[in-house]
Amino acid sequence: MRQDHLISATQLSREDIEAVLDRAAEIDGDMDAWQGRHAGSVLGLCFFEPSTRTRMSFDTAMKRLGGRTIDMGSVESSSVKKGETLADTMRVVEGYADALVLRHPLEGSAKMATEFVDVPLVNAGDGAGQHPTQTLLDLYTMRENAGLDDVTIGIMGDLKYGRTVHSLAAALTNFDVRQHFISPESLSLPRSVRYDLHEEGAQVREHTSLEEVLPDLDVLYVTRIQRERFPDENEYLKVAGEYQIDTDDLERAKESLTVMHPLPRVDEIAPEVDETSHAKYFEQAHNGVPVRMALLDMLLENATSEDGQ
Amino acid sequence: MSDADRELRVSKIRNGTVIDHLEAGQALNVLALLGIDGSGGEGVSVGMNVPSDKLAKKDIVKVEDRELSQSEVDVLSVISPEATINIIRDYEVVEKKRIERPESVDDVLACPNRNCITNADEPVQTRFIVLEDGLRCGYCGEIVREDEVATHLNVS
Repeated sequence: MRQDHLISATQLSREDIEAVLDRAAEIDGDMDAWQGRHAGSVLGLCFFEPSTRTRMSFDTAMKRLGGRTIDMGSVESSSVKKGETLADTMRVVEGYADALVLRHPLEGSAKMATEFVDVPLVNAGDGAGQHPTQTLLDLYTMRENAGLDDVTIGIMGDLKYGRTVHSLAAALTNFDVRQHFISPESLSLPRSVRYDLHEEGAQVREHTSLEEVLPDLDVLYVTRIQRERFPDENEYLKVAGEYQIDTDDLERAKESLTVMHPLPRVDEIAPEVDETSHAKYFEQAHNGVPVRMALLDMLLENATSEDGQ
Repeated sequence: MSDADRELRVSKIRNGTVIDHLEAGQALNVLALLGIDGSGGEGVSVGMNVPSDKLAKKDIVKVEDRELSQSEVDVLSVISPEATINIIRDYEVVEKKRIERPESVDDVLACPNRNCITNADEPVQTRFIVLEDGLRCGYCGEIVREDEVATHLNVS
């Protein structure tokens, strides 16, 4: 992968993705062998929004590569609280680290940040924009369980604000994947994502119900519908119930169906599904470590080779 | 009424730029796009809904003592691609500029996505990539259709 930063899944080619996934598989096979790889390197974790999995898996990934991490802590305890701009914060933190990971509530924040820093920067979620490292681990999980070519996927839930959906849909256009999008009308894909899918000539279909498409799916990617997206509680309850799955629903699915979820889930996947062979979401979350190790390794490698030129 | 009478509605200028064949209703947007509000002291004449052969009705803007550059002219393509630009010196047309679609327009439009980083208090200008039938925010990716552009002009 010849990228300085990872901001959006739209910047990734099939070759880029496969290079990361191949290296992640290599790492997964013998994680200890990578322990000394980036000894002495420091990764800066800049999370302007709460995060559990992404933050911890980046932290673990860097440490398993032999490096260290520094963390700006919560926004409440940082200089952001004093009114510092993101641009200034990133310029300062750049001096402390060899690479940066940024999560921020505003769309386009990571893209802007790259204009102020020279070290590799990874977008770990920018508002309702993109979350490309989640996509890489999603693709890794898909490749392990269902493959990435001649596959039918259903992506369900909050497609409008779901950044994991936006990134995944874009990345899947590199592969022979039929994409079905299932959501209430008010949470259907935003114009910008539709535009990109159209430009890439992706095979896309939209539905308001899972029922009609479930039997065709090889992969079902479920996302959370958030209460705060609806003006009132009743409307939320009415809608959310239609986008939940349990073992009864799965009886109509292919036996080989892979069910994924970026987590956290609330009640969109019933706990009873966890015990079925369909459930891959915990495996998916664990894949965050080897995939982020692979990505960090490649970005740090690129940065080092550029310095040497 | 003869053509000459029509012309007189907006008088000839000695030196400056005539922006003609604007889509009717776009004259004030053009002034906003170019940052012309009269505060620079330049003479500005505006004709709106003037009968036109080429368009049923058109707007026309004349700016005295200012010659628009190619990059300024290109920005107009996002709201009125049919416009023609004549540079006037001593009452004569000395140059006709053609509008070309630029690759991007910078610091002209505000991003309609309220959650875009360019609407936060950060040291960045807006940048829109020009698409075939609209514009796209270079930061958050939001798409603005051609017919929506005028409502998002960054008028200060």
